[in-house]
Amino acid sequence: MEIKVCGPGCPSCEQAQKIVEAAVAATGVKATITKVTDFQEIAKLGIFSTPAVVVDGGVKCVGRVPKQAEIEGWIR
Amino acid sequence: MEPIQPSGCGCTKPDNGHAAGTTQNMSPGKAAFFGLIGFALWYVVYKQLEPFSHFFAYSLLGLERESHFGEAIQFFIYDTPKVMMLLTLVVFVIGMLRSFFTQERTRKYLAGKRETAGNVMAALLGIVTPFCSCSAVPLFLGFVQAGVPLGVTFSFLIAAPMVNEIALILLYGLLGWKIAALYLGTGLLIAILAGWVIGRFKLEHWIEDWVQELRAAEAVVIEEKPSWADRIERGREAVRDIVGKVWIYVVAGIAVGALIHGYVPETLMASIMGKDAWWSVPAAVVVGIPMYSNAAGIVPVVEALLGKGAALGTVLAFMMSVIALSLPEMVILRKVLKPKLIAVFIAVVGTGILFTGFLFNMVI
Repeated sequence: MEIKVCGPGCPSCEQAQKIVEAAVAATGVKATITKVTDFQEIAKLGIFSTPAVVVDGGVKCVGRVPKQAEIEGWIR
Repeated sequence: MEPIQPSGCGCTKPDNGHAAGTTQNMSPGKAAFFGLIGFALWYVVYKQLEPFSHFFAYSLLGLERESHFGEAIQFFIYDTPKVMMLLTLVVFVIGMLRSFFTQERTRKYLAGKRETAGNVMAALLGIVTPFCSCSAVPLFLGFVQAGVPLGVTFSFLIAAPMVNEIALILLYGLLGWKIAALYLGTGLLIAILAGWVIGRFKLEHWIEDWVQELRAAEAVVIEEKPSWADRIERGREAVRDIVGKVWIYVVAGIAVGALIHGYVPETLMASIMGKDAWWSVPAAVVVGIPMYSNAAGIVPVVEALLGKGAALGTVLAFMMSVIALSLPEMVILRKVLKPKLIAVFIAVVGTGILFTGFLFNMVI
């Protein structure tokens, strides 16, 4: 599974990254987590507010830090 | 808007309670009922603050009514809870309001607007749409992608940091409603006019080329329907986050204000930043651009300057320049705008601020 965390690197993006990592660890799902910080790349995904989380190409949340339970729901 | 820290940006941690239906459900009626009771309590306590401060300073501590020290203490005891209570109320209400104005919705709304009316709406929406400086670029991209006219986009980008609800409430609390209203009015006007002027220049070709190609892209929109309980939770989070962060500035600012109120002669700054020194307005703008402070930090400074005899127009110009034109934001915007467009942006907004400064120095 491939998870992308999109954001230019502000505190809320860092927080999103941490929560995603925690969710992956909690569920034991095998996933690679990549950080996308380049605006151009983020925009190409159709994302115009950050942070955003993308799971296997599907945009799951935009413009907010998701809750861990939500992420576990997306990746399980 | 929060300042950009060297390590990235200082956005408040956003919207943890965003997920719909996570908290127990509350009907709108029930929410309104509790809201009214809460507000009534708030109001009752608020009304007691002034009598209490007099009682505290002059009866309990037994200070002289006309003394410098007595006045300073009374001012501090009155103003600190007053401003904190106002701040809490406003941040809570705005936090809740923001659950109605998502960036997606704002974008969609402005995309259908013509210039002029669009400039006005964009400036107004700039106040209530959740926004922080690190999301300036994605937001700009989103606006371009949705086909929002460039000038309208700029009205939004100028108003969002310039008209700040925390600055507004602090100005109201510390300096009275007239100055708060002046700040709100001129801030909006500059955002509307500057955006309109930039729109007239037709500078779309000064946006970076890769951004232009986005017009064909499709934006991902995830509609979320927060319940009333979610909205209230959003307001509480905003209070926890913002009030928790700025209270120290507020208390420090009021302490400085109290000292000025009690002690400082009113002529100290008059020669440098007074009405007669015409060059002080441009100087204030130029000094303000590289400076960047959050709104909570700048208002106490404003109060101190005014208290020492600086002219209102000069101080207002300084404050707007500090919060609306910031070097870190320009650096970020450089990724999507060509340098010429950034220069035009600074020039137009700077002129607007200058004009405001001169106008108020002349009129008041």
